[in-house]
Amino acid sequence: MRTNRFVPYLFLLPALAILALGLLVPLYNAVMLSFYDWNFGQPWSSARFLGLANFERLFTDPTVWNSLRTTFVFGFWVVTLEMLIGVGLALLLEKAVRGATIFRTIFVMPLMIAPVVVGLIWRYLLDARNGIVNYYLTQIGEAFPFLQGLGFEAQAWLGDPTLAMVSIIVSDVWQWTPFVFMIVLAGLQGLPGDVMEAAYIDGANWWRMTWHVKLPMMRNILLIALLMRVIDVFRALEVIFVMTGGGPGASTRVLSLTLFQTAFTSRDLGYASTIALLLSVILILFSLVLLLFSNPMKDRADF
Amino acid sequence: MATAATHHRRRIPWGTVSRYAALIVLTLITLAPVYVMFATSFKELVEIQSQVPRWIFMPTLSNYETIITQYRFTPYLISSALIGLGSTALTLLTAGMAAFALARMRFPGRGLIAQTTLIIRMIPPAVLAVTVIGFWIAWGIGDIVPGIRYTLPDGLGRGNFLDGSQLGLMLFYTALNLPFSIWLLFGFIRQIPVELEEAAIVDGANLLQVLFRVIFPLMGAGFAVSAIFTFRIAWNEFILALMLTNRFTKTLPVFASEFIREDGVQWGQMMAVGTLIVIPPMLITFFAAKQIIQGVSAGAVKG
Repeated sequence: MRTNRFVPYLFLLPALAILALGLLVPLYNAVMLSFYDWNFGQPWSSARFLGLANFERLFTDPTVWNSLRTTFVFGFWVVTLEMLIGVGLALLLEKAVRGATIFRTIFVMPLMIAPVVVGLIWRYLLDARNGIVNYYLTQIGEAFPFLQGLGFEAQAWLGDPTLAMVSIIVSDVWQWTPFVFMIVLAGLQGLPGDVMEAAYIDGANWWRMTWHVKLPMMRNILLIALLMRVIDVFRALEVIFVMTGGGPGASTRVLSLTLFQTAFTSRDLGYASTIALLLSVILILFSLVLLLFSNPMKDRADF
Repeated sequence: MATAATHHRRRIPWGTVSRYAALIVLTLITLAPVYVMFATSFKELVEIQSQVPRWIFMPTLSNYETIITQYRFTPYLISSALIGLGSTALTLLTAGMAAFALARMRFPGRGLIAQTTLIIRMIPPAVLAVTVIGFWIAWGIGDIVPGIRYTLPDGLGRGNFLDGSQLGLMLFYTALNLPFSIWLLFGFIRQIPVELEEAAIVDGANLLQVLFRVIFPLMGAGFAVSAIFTFRIAWNEFILALMLTNRFTKTLPVFASEFIREDGVQWGQMMAVGTLIVIPPMLITFFAAKQIIQGVSAGAVKG
């Protein structure tokens, strides 16, 4: 469409202004503050220029590296479980069943519930005293005493370092498996019918079909689902914040929680900005990789 | 006779049976935690603290009565609604304009703008919370226009331009949602035949009229998906809301988290707030599960 030279920018202006104020200025601010020692709540005049000291500290800070490791452990399990369960279910439920609409509606629900509410629900379910999970574990353990040694007794879900990690993994898997499931299901349903038919006529059984035809054809979709989950793992904070607060000890303190606590518990805003930069860089790198596989504006337009 | 009997014996359709078994188990796993929240919100304290969880019980509205009469539930509901609807409206308008420019016009910087938008889309709220607090204090943004400090009735904002009022949160939620909305709407605009716009221009319409009278009316489906996802973030978000609201402008997720106290957790009241938080997203799910799935898989599967 032929237009005046400035017209496109006028249409873009409101969105760009909001993006600049809401995302770019905060990012710029993180860069700026990362050179300072400045306490949250103190006037800006008390800030002290540190040069690169915050970055030196970042690379040697065990708190940061431990929380990065915690993020990896948490991320490894949730992404593995969500991918396996999500893909498995999509393959199982690919064929249309009666009542598909109802089931679809039910499975979408966890994605729409506020993460903080998901955290609160699971905190209640896993509560050591009033929690339903412990109640049924105890009941089963009492009915079948030989199971008691296998964990069928009251557990300190959020009070034990390993179990706390298990708990946040369970809540994340509960909320986000439907995400993988839906992407993969949409991908399966979009596979070209003639190719599938040809493979069936060639005598491929279900296993061979899945392993040699369907999954390879969906490689991109699976990669995108995986990357989006990995990115969300680094962004995740709310559920862990209300379920464990990072505890017990530092057992569930992921990187974003370390960032939050450095800023608002230790009130060390300069150093927190340095951690914020680290987290932003990680996420921008993942976004770049994601763009290689899924560039929504590239396929259709010719940039 | 024997052959006739075997002939008539129905083969058990194991595929279908296993599919339905999986669906039912999944439905239970998905719904049980949500049901527990609903149920707990209608339980008396003694019932909640009893050692035996009951699935069927005498419901009471006392938790709801408490949160409405003894806490500032109504202002917080108004605050949440204002932020949710305000961010959604702002996102649709600005994203629609930007998507129109990107989809239909050629200009220098077009690719750069599109790619930058996609690269910064994953910046997490935690990073924003930390660095935004920094720049509001450091640069005194809140007081940049001293006269703009305003006070509205409870729940409608109190404070200066950004700090503590709902406007700040609306800005950030819009910024967080713009990248997704822009490229989603970009795809929808690309599907509209250019001839419609050309005809309107021949009839003497200017570009704004083309956008608002020709394009926007045809974008119902795109706006619906985009609105659902923006509202979901704005209504559910917790970390930014926790840091950037005050006791007059809190949103419901922040309110819900406050029932975790030093002296224990007020489960009944917390679950009542949680229930009220999830009702709007649930209603959306019932009416628009299809659009949600479309939005979820938009990045991975070309629609």
